[in-house]
Amino acid sequence: MPKITINGKEIEFEKGMTVLQACELADVEIPRFCYHEKLSIAGNCRMCLVELEKSPKPIASCAMPAAEGMNIKTNTTFVEKARKGVMEFLLANHPLDCPVCDQGGECDLQDQSLYYGVDKSRFVENKRDVKEKYMGPLIKTQMTRCIHCTRCVRFATEVAGVPEIGAIGRGENMEITTYLEKSMESELSANVIDLCPVGALTSKPYAFEARPWELKKTESVDVMDAVGSNIRVDTYNWEVKRILPRLNNEINEEWISDKTRYSCDGLLKQRLDVPYIKKNNKLQKSTWDEAINLLVDKIQSVQPNEIAGHIGDMINMENALSFKKFFKTLKSENLEFREKNFYINPDEKMNYIFNSSIAGIEDTDLILLVGTNPRHEASILNARIRKTFVQKKIPIFSIGNPGDLTYEYEIIGDSTEDIKKIVNKEHDFSQKLLSAKKPIIIIGESALELKSGGYIFEEFKRFLIKNNLINENWNGLNTLVQNASTVGLLDLKILQDKKEKSSSFFDDLKNRKFKLLYLLGSDNLEFQKNDEFIVYQGSHGDRGAEIADLILPSATYTEQNGLYENLEGRIQECKKASYPIGEALEDWKIFNQIIKKLGSKDYKVNFDELRKEVLETAPNFSSINELPKKSVIKTNNIETSFFSEKIFVRELDYYYTNSISRSSKTMSECRQIRQKIKKDGTNN
Amino acid sequence: MSVKKVYDKQPKEFKFSDENLKKVEEILKRYPKKNKKSAVMPLLYLAQRQNDNWIPLAAMKYIANYLAMPYISVYEVATFYTMYNLAPVGKHFIQVCTTTPCLLRGADKIVKLCKENISPNENEISKKGNCSWMEVECLGACVSAPMVQINDDYYEDLDEKSTKEILISLIKDKPLKPGSYRGRKNTSPEKISIINGEKHA
Repeated sequence: MPKITINGKEIEFEKGMTVLQACELADVEIPRFCYHEKLSIAGNCRMCLVELEKSPKPIASCAMPAAEGMNIKTNTTFVEKARKGVMEFLLANHPLDCPVCDQGGECDLQDQSLYYGVDKSRFVENKRDVKEKYMGPLIKTQMTRCIHCTRCVRFATEVAGVPEIGAIGRGENMEITTYLEKSMESELSANVIDLCPVGALTSKPYAFEARPWELKKTESVDVMDAVGSNIRVDTYNWEVKRILPRLNNEINEEWISDKTRYSCDGLLKQRLDVPYIKKNNKLQKSTWDEAINLLVDKIQSVQPNEIAGHIGDMINMENALSFKKFFKTLKSENLEFREKNFYINPDEKMNYIFNSSIAGIEDTDLILLVGTNPRHEASILNARIRKTFVQKKIPIFSIGNPGDLTYEYEIIGDSTEDIKKIVNKEHDFSQKLLSAKKPIIIIGESALELKSGGYIFEEFKRFLIKNNLINENWNGLNTLVQNASTVGLLDLKILQDKKEKSSSFFDDLKNRKFKLLYLLGSDNLEFQKNDEFIVYQGSHGDRGAEIADLILPSATYTEQNGLYENLEGRIQECKKASYPIGEALEDWKIFNQIIKKLGSKDYKVNFDELRKEVLETAPNFSSINELPKKSVIKTNNIETSFFSEKIFVRELDYYYTNSISRSSKTMSECRQIRQKIKKDGTNN
Repeated sequence: MSVKKVYDKQPKEFKFSDENLKKVEEILKRYPKKNKKSAVMPLLYLAQRQNDNWIPLAAMKYIANYLAMPYISVYEVATFYTMYNLAPVGKHFIQVCTTTPCLLRGADKIVKLCKENISPNENEISKKGNCSWMEVECLGACVSAPMVQINDDYYEDLDEKSTKEILISLIKDKPLKPGSYRGRKNTSPEKISIINGEKHA
């Protein structure tokens, strides 16, 4: 490996690194504004100047490729003077409004001017004035603070794939703006706030809410979709003030979606704080004792097989396990967690997870989307597909039309007939799929919901196995589930333990076989309410609570510890950042109370036992935060029936998918703007 | 120079004329097919020519769609270069060079005359509606400073008297001839002195 000398220390570096990266290897800190690991190199802030021996001028280390034998110095007076000069220019037009700036306390410019800047300004002229720009309901702008690093421009163009931000004018008059000041149409738009090294782009909902040093920071996991993005929850007293991404190159890199980031104001609204009982067709406040007594009476008045439970989209594994145990004591088997009756084969873990892994998308050479819109169903995963597309120009195909995905793809069919042709090698596409070394097939819930959902999944699986595309090194069969709880619940064998029965939960529900329906945080189940007694246990007064006869308040994902399994089958820990509101309790505690009232002696769990059991139950579990162990199946004997159907990609109301986002003011503003754009057609 | 403002009364539609479409094809041939967005500058210029010397937003959108570029990229280019006008200009568009050599030779007087005779502010159409003026950076004719560019022509070696004559002729819609107003041919030397027997300009 080539060698480079940095401050007299010789280190080895990899070919293709820049001087700045080599300096980082040598543990030498280089100040920078425009350089960012995940974006292209711009080299326009000049903050990273270093001295190169035999070069008369300082060099911009972020843009200079490191070469054998370079002698770099970063601690000389020459470098110090260069940095001071650059800093003085950057601050020439930067307002001194740190006391009223939301970035204060976590501002790169503030920190770096302290370490590398001059203590006073020689600039006596008027500072330039730039009008504020409108960038949508999420991004607050104060463009006088902008230092033109263009990180936001590069993010929008490269990562988000919506080239809508740009720099207009030139020289002193350069301004960063969106085209004609429209809001940015991306699910990842708010990441520019984190990228902005100064306070030019700050968070609109969080404006003037708190200072970073006042906040308690809890490292947690997101539950808005099944990706399981790593987040940091910042709380001030009880309130969740904001949610920020945490670096995890395996999953979300440095980005999170807007829904993950801004649903948090929904945690403060529409909350259920005390139990409610429906009396005279009106929900009235009640007490835990009264509520549980009523529930126990109801349970005892119906047959066990007339009790059914539905588990919602954001329930953690411990709570789900205790729910399952609770149903066991009730002797009922009618448990379900799917919102629509999509095909899933829970026998093997491989059948319901994203086997290629999110980071593995970067190794692929062909992607086939089957009835899925990853942009809305898993925005972060879509960003990874786009990254691979931009870097390697891989071909992407789709069956069904998902709309704009921020990258180019080819629609090769829209019906199950096309899939039949592909797996029978009668389609032009079959050859392409077979010639690919590491193809990825992503099957979405829209396809699995069809009558031939089973056919689609099992035949693709058979096809991949037959052609040795599922082996020890590569597994191209992927299911893209939409809810954070789905994979975890499948692991807990919520579906498997049911005895063979002729009718499914959905049929029974439709045929009004249930007398008591227990909704555990479940708001998206579509059915016609009849004379069932509905218990809703959850955190928000949303769709589930609307139809409930009895409401038991419980905690949200930021208010309790819990494990979630993301779509890759990676078990991650969501940590308690705040406390349940009012009299709300964690779900498992509520079940304990009910069971106690029911008079069952043998059953009382605590949380640690639940967690232990969850980890023991989960198949192929390796360790927390890691991918599950690989299992390779060599045969597929499952026979399914084929129906000729059209494959539609179900449109997801992106900003309104769960009870938290539906309660969030920010999300409904985003939704309104998105709908307006759709209606007016003023789309790029 | 300040950041250029987009005109508030924008036409709804823009399309290249048939004649210009032929030119566009000619222009596109100059660039590799995969890099056809390189043609954005000549196309913007063509649009400006077609649309009375200014570029409406509709034209930017049209060109962006034509070259499969994001709107913002075309917008960036159009706002970056000073020679693209984003608002209507007069039929006689006077660009006064005020960079150092011209300014030393009295460009400020020309600016003053423009303010008096055409409009008090830059980029404002005169009362009669046929002229507008603006200050620009070096037009590369320092040798015959001070000078102005009126539409496509250079008027050089100006002084207050000749400038006023030119401006009045423009207002009357009968423009005078371009070129030197001190009788120079091209940029030929005026006085020839003999130093040590050699001719010097």
